Amino acid sequence: MRLLSQLQPGDMATIGAIHAEQQLHQRLLALGFRAGKTIEIIRRANFKGPLQVRIGATDVILRDAEASLIQISH
Amino acid sequence: MKRLALLGMPNTGKSTLFNRLSGASARVGNWPGITVDLMSAKILAGGHIVELVDLPGIYDLHGFSDDELVVRHFLSSNPVDLAIVVLNTSQIDRQLSLALQIRNLGVPALVLLNMQDEAKRAGITLDTARMSQELGLPVLNISAKYGDGCPEALQKIGQLIQQARSSVSPQTIANQLEADTQIESEMHEIVKKTVQIPTKLADETTDRIDKVLLHPWLGLPIFFAAMFLLFQFIFTAGKPLQDGMNWLLTEFRTLALEPALAHAPPWLNGLLLDGIFNGVSTVAAFVPIIVLFFLVMSMVEDSGYLSRAAFLTDALMARLGLDGRGFVMMLMGFGCNVPALMGTRVMRSRGMRLLTMLTIPLSLCSARLQVFLFLIAILFSAQQAPWVMFALYMVSFFTIFLTAFLFKGRFPNKEPFILELPPYRFPTARQIWLRGWQEVRHFLHRATKFIIIGVVLVWLLTHIPSNVPPASEQTLAGQIGKLFSPILDPIGINSQLAIALIFGFVAKEIVVGSLAVIYGLQGDALTTQIAQNVDWVQGMSFMLFTLIYTPCLSTIATLRSESKSSRFMWLSIAWSLCLAWVVSFIFYQTARALGF
Repeated sequence: MRLLSQLQPGDMATIGAIHAEQQLHQRLLALGFRAGKTIEIIRRANFKGPLQVRIGATDVILRDAEASLIQISH
Repeated sequence: MKRLALLGMPNTGKSTLFNRLSGASARVGNWPGITVDLMSAKILAGGHIVELVDLPGIYDLHGFSDDELVVRHFLSSNPVDLAIVVLNTSQIDRQLSLALQIRNLGVPALVLLNMQDEAKRAGITLDTARMSQELGLPVLNISAKYGDGCPEALQKIGQLIQQARSSVSPQTIANQLEADTQIESEMHEIVKKTVQIPTKLADETTDRIDKVLLHPWLGLPIFFAAMFLLFQFIFTAGKPLQDGMNWLLTEFRTLALEPALAHAPPWLNGLLLDGIFNGVSTVAAFVPIIVLFFLVMSMVEDSGYLSRAAFLTDALMARLGLDGRGFVMMLMGFGCNVPALMGTRVMRSRGMRLLTMLTIPLSLCSARLQVFLFLIAILFSAQQAPWVMFALYMVSFFTIFLTAFLFKGRFPNKEPFILELPPYRFPTARQIWLRGWQEVRHFLHRATKFIIIGVVLVWLLTHIPSNVPPASEQTLAGQIGKLFSPILDPIGINSQLAIALIFGFVAKEIVVGSLAVIYGLQGDALTTQIAQNVDWVQGMSFMLFTLIYTPCLSTIATLRSESKSSRFMWLSIAWSLCLAWVVSFIFYQTARALGF
C-alpha cells in the first residue's frame, strides 16, 4: 500500500482510504479528499516542505505528516 | 427586523459579496453566545430593510476550529430568518456539502453560486434549475466581484423573507447540529445529476505564474524582492503626498488657526496650537502613506499570494514550532497586529495558537512604521533611508523567529497543516478601495481617539508646573524621565524620548505626536530640533526599542481576550519589554564602543 507522501511531483493517483482522526477527516472531506477521487501531485517545497496536490478544481498544500494518512489505491 | 446570515467556505468570495451588498456601511457588533466581533450591515432587499451578518468562513458546521465554533454558537443563540450560502462554483463538487448541512438544520436558505467566471474557464457547466430542484432550495448565479446577479439576489431575498415562515428556534438548531447526517452521498448524487466537470482541470495562468513564484530555489528570494519593491513603491509614491499634507497643515496653522487664536489666553493658545494641533498634525502628515500602505496590503491579500508565502515558508516555520499560516499572520501584522491576532482562530491546537500569538506583536505594524519614517527622515540621508527601513523589517523577522525558537518547547503542538491554495485573482479597483477604506477608517478612528487624549496628557505633563520652562527637568515630564533614567540611560534614551516611549505604550501613533508636543514645534522646525538633540545611534536604539516593546493597548487587550489568559498576556508584555531592552542595549553599547 502506497501513501500520498511517497508520491513524486507529476504523479497522478486515486485516493484509496483516509486514516485520519475524526476532526481531520472532516476537514479533508470538506476539501474534497474522498476515496475514489483522482489526486495529482503538483510540487513539493524545498527542505522537506509541504506538498501541493490537486483534487478537481481545488489545490491544497499539506505536510508529509498529513499526506501519510492518505492511502493511494493505484 | 429580519436577520440574514451570510455563510460560506473560505475563498468563496463571501466577504466580497458582503462588501458589495453593504457598501462601506458595515459595523462591528456584539452578539449573544459568542465573544468575538462580527460585521453586520443594514441593507435594502426587495423593499425591506434587513440586517445582514457576515459569519466567518468555515468548511463545515461540525468542525472544531474556533471559527466553526463561532458560527455554531451564533446559529444556536441568534434566530436567523434566512441563511445565504455562498458557494464557489468551480469547487461545487465539494462545497455543496455546506448548503446541505444548512438545509438539514431547517433554516430557510438561499444558495448563491459565485465565481462563475472561474468555473467557465475550467470548463464546468451547471444546471441551476435542476440543482435548485434537487436541493430543495432556491439557487441563483451571481458574481460578487463584478456585481452580476446581485440585484436579482436581493429581490429574491426580499421575497423569501416575506413568506411568513417562522424561523426555526435556536434550540432546535443546537439539537440538530449534534446529529450527523448522510450528506456525502447526497452531495455526490446532486453533483452527478447537475454538474459537468472535465476530468482534468487546470487554470493555466495560475499554473504558469506558480512555476516561477513557487520555484524551489527562486520562490523565497522572489517573495522578499517583491515585498521590498512594494514597500519602495509605497514610500516613493507616498513622499510627495506626505510633503503636500505637511505644507497644507502648516498653511492652515499660519493662515487660519494663529489669527483665530491670537486673543485667546496664552495657556489655551499653547494647549490648542502647541499641544493638540502640533501633535495631531505631525501624525496626520503620515495618513497618505498609511492609506497607500493599506491599499497595497489589501491587494496582496486578495491576490492569493499570501497562501503561496505559507507554502514557501512552512519548512522553516515547522522548525520553529509554527506553520506557514503563522508566517502569513505575521505579514498581516505588518498592517495591524490586532486582526492578525484574531486570524489565529483558524488554528485548532492551543499550543500553536499561543506561540503564534506570542510572535505577532513583534511584527512591524503600520503605526510603528510612522515612527520609523519620521525618525529615519531626520537621522539618515535619502540614500540610507530605504536600507535602514529594510533593516528594521529584518530585525522584526529576527525577533519573531528568536521568540518562536525560544518558546516552542513551552507551547508544544501537533497541529495538522492543510491549506487551500486559491488561484491568483486580481481584485477590481472597487474591491481594493472598499477593503482599503475599511482599514483606513479603522486606523483614523483609533488614531484620533488615542492621539488627542495622548497629546493633551503629554502637553500637561510638559507644562506643569507652569512657572518653569516647558519640558525642562523641573516639569512633571522631566521628573518622570529622571525616574526612568537608570534603565534608559544605558540604551541612550534621553528624558524627552522616554516620555514618548511611555506614551507609546498606549498606541504608537502617539509617539510622533508627543515628540512634537515635547519639543513644542511642528514641521521642519521640529525635525531640525530633533536632529540637533539626538544622534543616529540614539535614534536607532530608540527605534529598536519602539519596534520590539508592546505595540499598543488594543493589542494587549486582544491578546488577553483571544488567549483567555491573563498570565499569557503578562508573559507577552514582560518578554517584549525585556527583549526590547536587551536588543537596544547591545546595539547602543556596541555602536558606542566602536566609536560611533
